[in-house]
Amino acid sequence: MSGHESTYEPKTGIEKWLDSRLPIIRLAHDSFVDFPTPKNLNYWYTFGGILAICLAIQIITGVVLAMHYTADIDQAFGSVERIMRDVPYGWLIRNVHMVGASMFFLAVYVHMFRGLYYGSYKAPREVLWLLGCIIYLLMMATAFLGYMLPWGQMSLHGANVIINLFGAIPLVGEPIQSWLMGGPSVGNQTLQRFFSLHYLLPFMIAGVVILHIWALHVPGNNNPTGVEVQDVEKDTVPFHPYYTVKDGFAIVVFLIIFAVFVFYAPNVLGHADNYIEANPLVTPAHIVPEWYLLPFYAILRAITFNIGPMDAKLLGVIAMFGAIAVLFLLPWLDTSKVKSMRYRPVAKQFFFGFVVACLLLGWCGASNPDNAIISMGEDKLLVTYTDAAGLEGQRTFEDYAPAAQFRDEQVAAGGVAAMAIQKAPAFTFKILSQILTAYYFAFFLLILPILGLRERPKGEPDSIHHSVLGHDAPAAAPAE
Amino acid sequence: MSDSNTTAPEQVDEERRDFIHIAAIAATAGGAGLVAYPLVDQMNAAGDTKAASSLEVDISKIPLGGEIRVLIGGKPFFLRHRTPEEVAAAVNTDVAKLPDPETDEDRLVARSDGTYNPAILVTSGACTHLGCVPVGPAQGSVGDYGGWYCPCHGSHYDTSGRIRKGPAPTNLPVPEYEWVSPTLVKISL
Repeated sequence: MSGHESTYEPKTGIEKWLDSRLPIIRLAHDSFVDFPTPKNLNYWYTFGGILAICLAIQIITGVVLAMHYTADIDQAFGSVERIMRDVPYGWLIRNVHMVGASMFFLAVYVHMFRGLYYGSYKAPREVLWLLGCIIYLLMMATAFLGYMLPWGQMSLHGANVIINLFGAIPLVGEPIQSWLMGGPSVGNQTLQRFFSLHYLLPFMIAGVVILHIWALHVPGNNNPTGVEVQDVEKDTVPFHPYYTVKDGFAIVVFLIIFAVFVFYAPNVLGHADNYIEANPLVTPAHIVPEWYLLPFYAILRAITFNIGPMDAKLLGVIAMFGAIAVLFLLPWLDTSKVKSMRYRPVAKQFFFGFVVACLLLGWCGASNPDNAIISMGEDKLLVTYTDAAGLEGQRTFEDYAPAAQFRDEQVAAGGVAAMAIQKAPAFTFKILSQILTAYYFAFFLLILPILGLRERPKGEPDSIHHSVLGHDAPAAAPAE
Repeated sequence: MSDSNTTAPEQVDEERRDFIHIAAIAATAGGAGLVAYPLVDQMNAAGDTKAASSLEVDISKIPLGGEIRVLIGGKPFFLRHRTPEEVAAAVNTDVAKLPDPETDEDRLVARSDGTYNPAILVTSGACTHLGCVPVGPAQGSVGDYGGWYCPCHGSHYDTSGRIRKGPAPTNLPVPEYEWVSPTLVKISL
């Protein structure tokens, strides 16, 4: 916390000399050694440290990959294959970078849900939360740019779909689109700028991470009770060794899971299509983004209706960006005075519903929107025909043979006929994603603002050390 | 020397200072804008990219009932040699019922003598939904209306490239093109 007395005492002559010129050792000591940290932080609080490791891994492996990668549409795919086959340990470095992106997002989602559950975005930590949202946005941009670089089928067509979204913006959409692509389509010039920006953004993330840690160290950590530190002596322990060890243990466990993916399933989170070189004339049958962007993709596709002058495409884009924008407003949307959901019995249930909704949105994003989750009835065959006299009509059939016979008869008689599958009415992924999108926005825009005013919270503990000693409930009889 | 000509050192002319502040900030902002302009504009299409924006295609090579696909500036275009049945299906469609009403003739370009060649249809090859490339006769699916089918989100186009079913909002756009000769069309972006 800011304002705590610096306990750093330079011992050697050289440390004293440096301390009076650039007190950098003092800054590190006060931030990461003798920094008073609430003594009740659980393992959900280790993901900040895990994320710092993830960023470092991505930057180190990325700089190395850039030594071998060629940002040119004729050579990019080949240069990635060369990294995988010929460059010494190239396969390892690329797998770490590729899996690292997924692990980075896995950790950031846990980190964000943790902040959501314990109310870490509330006063006095609003700026801390906003900086975190900016980091998340930069992460998504970086991941999107990086996914284009191998110049596989998903790289090209995924980039196409996303850049096309900007075309939905009225008036300025198309100029923005061609400005982003640097031409009429995603081409060599686009790949080159994406590579340049993909290299730049992680360093911007690192910059915002420094601000994020600064904004954390002004009010100090939140904690699972949501009760602020009152007595530094009783409520906190120094960051080192207590949390360096706890974070260190969590990082080791995390890296074991990381290594399992790197060595045993490096491609399980990716798409096979991206090992086919990009071809602008052939679109993969099923374009999906990487798993960590699927919930937003589902929200984009959930909007299939027009409202007034705005068409579905524009509304989908607004909903998708709105789903991220609403995170920035969260500190002012949640009206509850109680930070931690431990003491908010109703909000807690809506929170777990929100987590489930996000996971299910991911499932919807990965699936074909028209596919049935629960089918009601059998699919039928529909033959649409125009007979020789010019009359139009249609007939449905249960089986193929009579349908085909009917169609052929119509054609033989001089008419036109076509057969198509008529899907049975069903509860489709589209409907599920519409329900979940409604819940996603309702959680932020209705539930949190209203519930904060109406909910009766359970009693919070008087202080962190009371909670640690089990005194948050009315004092029970001593065990001994 | 009179008193009115000398200003006491502790007295500050606030209005004069405000003016200097505003002028300095305005000049800096203007300068920053001038520097930013080329840095932003460099991302727009370069001269050679713009120059590669038209192509002449020999339509005599297209098999009947088939199509060829060309890339111009990286954008896909379809040139389809329609069978008389396909032309008839496109012409006989009730235009009023279409999501994006256009007659088949609206989607053709007249030759220099003012006549049309309805057998040859030239359209953009990017689905108007999110820009995927629809599949056609050579890829084994023509959709429910005999034209093209977009596998990404299920848009069906008819033999005139008009949207009939699915999420795409508009017909496949007809690019700017002209008949250079009876067998040669020049397509421009």
